[in-house]
Amino acid sequence: MAWITITVNGERIEREVDPSRTLAQFLRLDLGLTGTKIGCEEAECGICTVQVNGTPVDSCIYPLMKARNAEVVTIEGLATGEKLHPLQEAFIEQGAVQCGYCTPGLIMNAKALLERNPDPTDHDIRVALKDTFCRCTGYMAVRRAIHAAAAAQRGEPMPAYPAPTTVEPLEVIGQNVDRPESVAKVTGAAKFTDDYGFPGMLYGLTLRSPHPHARVLRVDTGQAKAVPGVRAVLCHEDIPGRNIHGLVYLDWPCLAGDKVRYVGDPVAIVAADTEEAARQALDLIEVQYEVLGTVGDPVYARTPEAPVIHEEWETGNLLKHIKVRHGDIERGFAEADVIIERTYRTPTIEHAYLEPECSIGVPAGYDAEHEKITIYVGSQIPYQDRNQVALILGVADEDVRIRGTLIGGGFGGKEDLAAQAHVALLAQATGRPVKMLYTRHESLLFHPKRHATVIRMKTGAKRDGTLVAVEAELYGDGGAYASLSDKVMTRATTHATGPYVVPNAKIDCYAMYTNNVPSGAFRGFGVTQSAFAVESNMDILAETLGIDPLELRRKNAQRVGVMTATGQTLRESAGLLETIEKVEADVRSEDTSSHGFRWSWREGNRAFGWGIACAYKNTGLGGGAPDKSAVEVEAFEDSTAEVRTAAADLGQGIGMVVAQVAAQELGMPYSSMRVLLCDTDLTPNGGPTTASRQTFVTGNAARMAASTLREALRSTAAEHYNVPPEQIRFEEGLMRINGHSVPLGEVVGVMKANGLQPRATFEYMAPVTQPLGTGGDMHFAFSYATQAALVEVDLETGAVHVHRVIAGTDVGRAINPKSLQGQIEGGIVMALGNCLTEQYIIENGQPWSTLFARYKMPSIKHAPEITSHIIEHPSSDGPYGAKGVGEIPSINTTPAIANAIYHATGVRVFSIPVDQDALVRALRRGDREIYTTWSDVR
Amino acid sequence: MKKLWNEYHTPQTVEEASALLASYAGAARVIAGGTDLILEMEQGHKPPVAALVDVTAIQELTTIRQEGELVTVGAGVTHTQLVGSTLLAARATCLVESCGVVGGPQVRNVATLGGNIAHALPAADGTTSLMALDAEAEIAQHGTRRWLPLVELFSGPGQSLLDSTRDLLLNVRFRLAGPREASAFKRIMRPQGVALPVLGCAVWLRLAPDSLAVEDARVCISPVAPVPARATEVEAALRGQPFCEALVEAAVEAGRASLHPRTSKYRATAEYRTEMIDVLLRRTLPLAFERARTGVAIPEGVGM
Ligand SMILES: Cc1cc2nc3c(=O)[nH]c(=O)nc-3n(C[C@H](O)[C@H](O)[C@H](O)COP(=O)(O)OP(=O)(O)OC[C@H]3O[C@@H](n4cnc5c(N)ncnc54)[C@H](O)[C@@H]3O)c2cc1C
Ligand code: FES
Ligand code: FES
Repeated sequence: MAWITITVNGERIEREVDPSRTLAQFLRLDLGLTGTKIGCEEAECGICTVQVNGTPVDSCIYPLMKARNAEVVTIEGLATGEKLHPLQEAFIEQGAVQCGYCTPGLIMNAKALLERNPDPTDHDIRVALKDTFCRCTGYMAVRRAIHAAAAAQRGEPMPAYPAPTTVEPLEVIGQNVDRPESVAKVTGAAKFTDDYGFPGMLYGLTLRSPHPHARVLRVDTGQAKAVPGVRAVLCHEDIPGRNIHGLVYLDWPCLAGDKVRYVGDPVAIVAADTEEAARQALDLIEVQYEVLGTVGDPVYARTPEAPVIHEEWETGNLLKHIKVRHGDIERGFAEADVIIERTYRTPTIEHAYLEPECSIGVPAGYDAEHEKITIYVGSQIPYQDRNQVALILGVADEDVRIRGTLIGGGFGGKEDLAAQAHVALLAQATGRPVKMLYTRHESLLFHPKRHATVIRMKTGAKRDGTLVAVEAELYGDGGAYASLSDKVMTRATTHATGPYVVPNAKIDCYAMYTNNVPSGAFRGFGVTQSAFAVESNMDILAETLGIDPLELRRKNAQRVGVMTATGQTLRESAGLLETIEKVEADVRSEDTSSHGFRWSWREGNRAFGWGIACAYKNTGLGGGAPDKSAVEVEAFEDSTAEVRTAAADLGQGIGMVVAQVAAQELGMPYSSMRVLLCDTDLTPNGGPTTASRQTFVTGNAARMAASTLREALRSTAAEHYNVPPEQIRFEEGLMRINGHSVPLGEVVGVMKANGLQPRATFEYMAPVTQPLGTGGDMHFAFSYATQAALVEVDLETGAVHVHRVIAGTDVGRAINPKSLQGQIEGGIVMALGNCLTEQYIIENGQPWSTLFARYKMPSIKHAPEITSHIIEHPSSDGPYGAKGVGEIPSINTTPAIANAIYHATGVRVFSIPVDQDALVRALRRGDREIYTTWSDVR
Repeated sequence: MKKLWNEYHTPQTVEEASALLASYAGAARVIAGGTDLILEMEQGHKPPVAALVDVTAIQELTTIRQEGELVTVGAGVTHTQLVGSTLLAARATCLVESCGVVGGPQVRNVATLGGNIAHALPAADGTTSLMALDAEAEIAQHGTRRWLPLVELFSGPGQSLLDSTRDLLLNVRFRLAGPREASAFKRIMRPQGVALPVLGCAVWLRLAPDSLAVEDARVCISPVAPVPARATEVEAALRGQPFCEALVEAAVEAGRASLHPRTSKYRATAEYRTEMIDVLLRRTLPLAFERARTGVAIPEGVGM
């Protein structure tokens, strides 16, 4: 131990400390200041930034003892009482807070910047925030917020949020209200799972397979159990229930029994008093493996010589063959004047949410609040966590309680079980609470990712550009376990014609088991991959036929009345043409070359080009899966109301959406609403946060629940005040009855006095859909998008920079334009990463990208200026016309950029991420096509 | 994060630091900013230690001192401190340009020039510029202090004469740019993977007093060898020649003929690196020349 004097947020502290602590550990563990977040412990993500004597540093690798006698300021030190710091205020006002996990780091860096530079330029902001990542916002709102706060600090009025143009808002719907937890997120008070702790809590760790494919012959935990401080060491034999989980197919052992199937597969788990003891125990677990042949890629997986990964699976390594058949493919190609056929490759992509996975298990009977086994976790599907954990524990679903915490981003990567079952097992075995916090390394290693694909795409068209046939073959790398591969690759397949009318289609997709990290849900759900192939082929077609790329898309665009390749007739809400129109008007008015609009131009060694791409994406599960959600709304005598549902808010803002909807229906101010999410004992099932479904499905449930409650209030009031029910209006939290205003709470009181519960629950069932192949409606709604990207390519170095993205997005109805815009901007920058910076590299089953230092998401330096047009073609079943928005913006940015690079350079990229090395080599050699990528540089 | 050290010392003098290291007999290690060291220990590339000896409180190591035409930069000077020095910006411009692109602001606020050198990576940005500045390094080893040419410090990738469990890097020194002298640094990065340059290039030029001829030149392009090295053939091609486009091309030719960068996995192909030698020389030489000719040097690209 050592003695330290340090001032933290103005308070002088003198105490004994463990000198091996980092500053972050001291702040979080010793002082309980959990506002400082940990994303990587690698000095990469920057979200752990605090100020030491005014200077921003990464507290995660800053030795505490360096801060002796220093003044440290953390996010908790900014607000004075209730009064927020201008940066905190501006981050909320400008929509720079989504999941909020990065927010403390961004604000602390911005604060240091403004102290040095009261009027920073955009460039200054980019320099200051270059290594502080945000995966949600796309950085546009962050820049706006910093400019706004700077203005306020200079004594100027704080600029208001520049709202996009949308249809006339209602009282609450369409208004730019802020998420209920936004103040907590900017002050550091917001609690994510790792911010919780319980007396006597143990530290849990997981032993993972080092082999991509091996038989497990023996697991010996004897020596590990003998380590002092170790409370439990468990392997597959210790599982009381069934040793299996999975979201679609039960094929993933909770702890490997007979085999391990990828590097990172869990084999054993440990709980101990300290991290050191747990680590020591991990080292002492002996596992004897018999190494088996590795299946490293999905094409090899389908060959007869490939080792079989799941012996029990009837079709071997073929997880699923997915087919779309439409029209007569041979006749289609016979009618074609031009046929374009190319093969595209997309890599495995990591979600890179800034909050690594964390779960805490509290044993049944631990205290009055924890009568049953309780798991604290930030999960996308609380109710499926519950039934998977129950299955593994061998107990009834109702005997398990999932309590959702705030979630620091998910994007699809927090759907499968992480440590939920492991902490439950350890908590039950030890009778103590157990926390498992994954390191970034562990998170990168284990959780399911976006499928790598190989896509052969053949497009046939008539001379005038009319599409006549599409034939495609897709291989999807599903990895070691099924996860959501079946569904994801189905979406890749059904969307493989693009948002166009294609009378004849034959599409085959092979979702394959391999010994790579499993693949699962990822924003875009397979459509991101097929869109790259579709939209690149469309551009090649446009050039071949000498048709303007925008014109070709307009000519073939889906619209009301046409049929999709799965046989669905679109009856409404297909706003693609308007998205093209809006984007085209903007692009064509850009006089960037000083000669009027051009697709490309040069300035010395710099080549500029615009590229365009369209996309569509279903809302909801579709394909015949029952899609339902339940919401409970309760009103109180103080004229407030609470909305309850187990629908996970990953930062996209579903909590805010249901509160807005309920407020609108009850005629209450938004500020009177509270939200309780994701407690399986207190909130009804909202279903998974996936498939852009929450606003539509849970939004509708909230609408119905709130209107049911409103009608109950109405009839009580009608009777009590003796007026006809239709004469009662609900406004501003009041009930207007015959010229009088009665607070809503008063009627709540009357209901209670009459023995009625001022509460309503509604389970909403979305319109029925049909399975693929039946020709009916596979989906109840689609969102549409067009994007144009302006890139600059340095012809000497191959470096690509995206300057502008113009987006038109048909979302049905903007429930909250500010948060919608955040989804669009964040989705675009995420997709920019997919195209330019990201790839999760696996070398024949051995992952290489197991550090943030090796996996780069876009930083503020890469973030383009984004203009987004919101287009509202209402969906009649959606709440107020809304349909999904979560995924649509991150689908077509990749091909828009790739097409822009082609226009700029004359070189087309068939494999992403774009490799500047290969681009320069192609330019030197005069090659026009690149089939290699970054991972081929070796 | 695992426990990587037990004790933490913050000596105030070089003697104290050396004595502390000696007392641990190899079980303690020097830490400066820790931005390389802590990650290397965390990731298992270096073993945990009994103690860390922090050199950033030793005053001698944290100052930038001008002594006539020479400047001495303490090993514990941070990149931020260095970039903020108007003296270095004007008269050791390449060093400011290279230290200005190390990591992001939070890293530059703690990471030191000494750590950049001591880590001994051939691609280390600060080192590349110090090579072009023909720097010397002062080290404390076996109880004595001595100066040696920086280049002699390096023995292989990640290896140097310094054993950071015993020895200290104290200072580096080099001549400031005088009249008709200037330097420039640029590097090529890729947006994917590790934050080390694909290739970095620092050049230093002295023009003849009364003509546009290059009187002397020093060039360092890294990584092209296991240790940082001067591009002597390129320098030879430049020396004594009037500066013009053709001279830059001659330098490029000499670079092509004499430098043979390798392909390194997930960073760059040899072919690309070879192309980048051309590009970097074409970008840095005219820049350094203009600075030398006009006597005005404003660092470019700092922070990005
Ligand atoms: C996110 C990130 C980005 C980075 N980007 C770059 C980049 O772009 N370019 C680049 O060149 N580097 C980069 N680095 C690497 C690193 O930050 C720099 O090399 C930095 O200068 C190291 O300095 P430090 O003070 O942190 O060294 P430390 O980590 O403290 O030390 C490094 C090594 O040198 C030894 N050492 C340090 N000082 C002395 C001394 N005075 N005497 C004897 N031994 C000593 C230590 O024992 C250790 O072995 C990056 C690092 C991170 C985390
Ligand atoms: S940089 Fe500290 S947690 Fe990522
Ligand atoms: S809001 Fe920035 S990471 Fe989620």
